[in-house]
Amino acid sequence: MGMNMSEKILARHAGRDSVSAGELVICDLDMVLANDVTAPPSIKEFEKIGRPVFDKEKIALVPDHFQPAKDIKSAQLAKAVRDFARKHEIKHYFEQGRVGIEHVILPEMGIVGPGMLTIGADSHTCTYGAVNGFSTGVGTTDLAVAMATGKAWFKVPEAIKVELTGRKPENITGKDVILTLIGMIGVDGALYKSLEFAGEGVKTLSMTDRLTIANMAIEAGGKNGIFPFDEVTQEYVEGRVQQSYEPVAPDEDAGYVQTVTIDLSTLTPVVAFPHLPGNTKAVKDIKEPVEIDQVVIGSCTNGRLEDLQIAAKVMKGHKVHDRVRCIVIPGSQAIYQQAMHEGLFDIFIEAGAVVSCPTCGPCLGGYMGILAPGERCVSTTNRNFLGRMGDKTSEVYLAGPQTAAASAVLGRIAVPSDLEVK
Amino acid sequence: MAKEEIFQGKVWRYGDNIDTDIIIAARYLNTFDPQELAKHCMADLDESFAQNVKAGDIMVGGRNFGCGSSREHAPVAIRAAGVPVVIAASFARIFYRNGINIGLPLLEIGDEVEKIKADDELTVNVATGEIKDLTTGDVFKAHPLPGFVQEIAQAGGLINYIKNK
Repeated sequence: MGMNMSEKILARHAGRDSVSAGELVICDLDMVLANDVTAPPSIKEFEKIGRPVFDKEKIALVPDHFQPAKDIKSAQLAKAVRDFARKHEIKHYFEQGRVGIEHVILPEMGIVGPGMLTIGADSHTCTYGAVNGFSTGVGTTDLAVAMATGKAWFKVPEAIKVELTGRKPENITGKDVILTLIGMIGVDGALYKSLEFAGEGVKTLSMTDRLTIANMAIEAGGKNGIFPFDEVTQEYVEGRVQQSYEPVAPDEDAGYVQTVTIDLSTLTPVVAFPHLPGNTKAVKDIKEPVEIDQVVIGSCTNGRLEDLQIAAKVMKGHKVHDRVRCIVIPGSQAIYQQAMHEGLFDIFIEAGAVVSCPTCGPCLGGYMGILAPGERCVSTTNRNFLGRMGDKTSEVYLAGPQTAAASAVLGRIAVPSDLEVK
Repeated sequence: MAKEEIFQGKVWRYGDNIDTDIIIAARYLNTFDPQELAKHCMADLDESFAQNVKAGDIMVGGRNFGCGSSREHAPVAIRAAGVPVVIAASFARIFYRNGINIGLPLLEIGDEVEKIKADDELTVNVATGEIKDLTTGDVFKAHPLPGFVQEIAQAGGLINYIKNK
């Protein structure tokens, strides 16, 4: 039997001709990532091992979660990362003013690319499957061992083939695609498994769509999510990825444990209700209006330029609803600058929204938009768990940027076409 | 060789999809001091846990236990609260890996877990995977943890295990 994309990448990095699902393999890593929450405990464990870092050019340290520091303890976390980066001359350390959200900047700067194997001490490390890499989240101990040895062990995952047919409609984003999938298979539908995207529909997805989709593979329990390499990938990585890379494609007889088919042309905007990403509902099927207090547009899921362009297009000429606070968070300094040059900030500010520097901030209830008891937020982030963004009685509704922007204007869960009939 | 280890304790029973934000919310992640994390373990779902848990008590969950974030603070908080082993129908994969790496044994028993109720008294043999519910008399069989995983747990985690090798 042939190999799927994940098997090919793992085989190559294990120095093997082939691997198959269920095998345990030890692989050489191309990139090892941590942030200001996960790096400090990793560093502590790393120092117990008593070795130098395996390669100062293959470690990325991105202080993005609670930075600029939200309190003294968070400042200490950032300092621990900074001191370590200086001591070990870590090439990909990003100081404030140059930092963005980890899963936005690593693809943007070409630090991850096709065929590469990355682990990161952050569950959304699976994002880089969008550029045809194998990447997955680990904890701080695995990361410490990886920083010392450049290796990690993997159980080769079984794979689910997600066959995308049809053409993605104009009013649909990658967020609607992945929320639809999680709604179909459930939050443990891909537990321990790989999600491999395939089919004619893939080419109608932009790189932004793919990054959003791969990012949320973990919300279905997946180990990774991976897209094939095509013209869209080629165009994105060209000029970004400096090192040589080798894309992977699945063999025709590759093995999959399950196939899920989604006809993109039939999709409508989707929202995940509290408190699970799989608790999805088509916006058109919401009978009672869901009034909201806050909207967040940003994060490693939807903080890219195209996301901001979509939101700005919807909000242009409108005001954020009196009852609503709208917080826009570009995912990187490059996106921040480009959005500013394109006049997107003028649209957001004239509408009455806050524009923040890049940070994970409110997504995980860190800072920059914490919810009070009973408050509701429509958010383009990735998790709506109990208490995720604030008080345990607050609620998070996950949506794409077009739905978030329309909801900000109308003060309830809404889609852009609802603005026209006002 | 891993030595045989049997735990006995009272059950703290939780449902499906217990996520890492519930186990330890991000607002407490500005520290990684285990005792400090333990004080806030399960806070949003069950404030009584951190207040009343006793060393040796056993946590039991449903499907997809530990889903969400990769924060190793989550299994660390559970262990620091005094819980020596967690049983569930199934575990989310990053949590599972983290549990092994810090030396917190995790046993999967599928839907059989439905028979275990809050406050039942259990004995758990990690080496054989045998779980006895002393309250109901039920006996369950989890896949025993592989020898190297038990050795990691007994060494107190992967780092100590590697250092001792």
